[in-house]
Amino acid sequence: MADVRVGIVVFPGSNCDHDTEYAVASFSGAVPVMLWHNEHDLQECDVIILPGGFSYGDYLRAGSIARFSPIMQEVIAFARKGYPVLGICNGFQVLLESGLLEGALSKNRDKKFICSDTIIKAVNCSTIFTSGYSQGEVLSIPIAHGEGNYFAPPELLESLQEHNQIVFTYADRDGNESAEANPNGSIGNIAGLVNREGNVLGLMPHPERASEKLLGSEDGRRLFESLFQHVAG
Amino acid sequence: MPYKAKIKVTLRQSILDVQGKAVEHALKNLGYGSVASARIGKYIEVSIDETERGEAERICCEICEKLLSNPVMENYSFELEPEPVN
Repeated sequence: MADVRVGIVVFPGSNCDHDTEYAVASFSGAVPVMLWHNEHDLQECDVIILPGGFSYGDYLRAGSIARFSPIMQEVIAFARKGYPVLGICNGFQVLLESGLLEGALSKNRDKKFICSDTIIKAVNCSTIFTSGYSQGEVLSIPIAHGEGNYFAPPELLESLQEHNQIVFTYADRDGNESAEANPNGSIGNIAGLVNREGNVLGLMPHPERASEKLLGSEDGRRLFESLFQHVAG
Repeated sequence: MPYKAKIKVTLRQSILDVQGKAVEHALKNLGYGSVASARIGKYIEVSIDETERGEAERICCEICEKLLSNPVMENYSFELEPEPVN
């Protein structure tokens, strides 16, 4: 397969950029390209990843200032043209603030920063990010966030369901989307969603931290694999 | 004369305010039984170098909507005061 150039945006305060680079580089044919927030050049990347961290110190609201950085103007245009953009954790927050995804993330229900293994369920496997999973498959992928409590007003929630935009939900090992399995209070147990066009995915769990056995899980691997295979055609 | 905008950003009532809840519990634990609730918001001061009040007001609305608040979960309000020039 032709090389897939994977741009990883580095904001001041990003801290999962190198983990993501490491995970991307483990796929043959995928080339990680680090993109500094102050630049305008996406360097001919085929895919853009907004990694986890605390861009701009999470000042004001998580992701709110990163959204206006020079590189984000290019990323927004890139996404609007239909190219794939993946936002992980803080990257998800940036995507919501930028309007590429709808809704908002507020502070976790139980007032705590949560860093732990989490079970999520793949509820939409028809996206370019999830074609490698089976519908309803239960995955172990860690979360690490203080503001991951997804909120959507009722009419938006209805529209997300109607257009099949909810991609991952928090669940127990049997796949039940129970209140107990919901770590942060997210409405509808939502852990990840796509835009209506299906080319932008944001999720709170960290697939790059579950990308090889040594890390305790490799359930996140197929997300990258699905995406890179799609891009390579 | 420049204007000073005193901006308040508050979480919408439908959004759980976990910080406010923690403060409310702390106040109750301190013995203030009549404290019914507490909500936490943000207070932001911005100096706007405009001579026309209307223009300062327009800029203030714009920055509140664009950056200072997230309309999905927050409301904003502000007061504009002429700022004395030193």
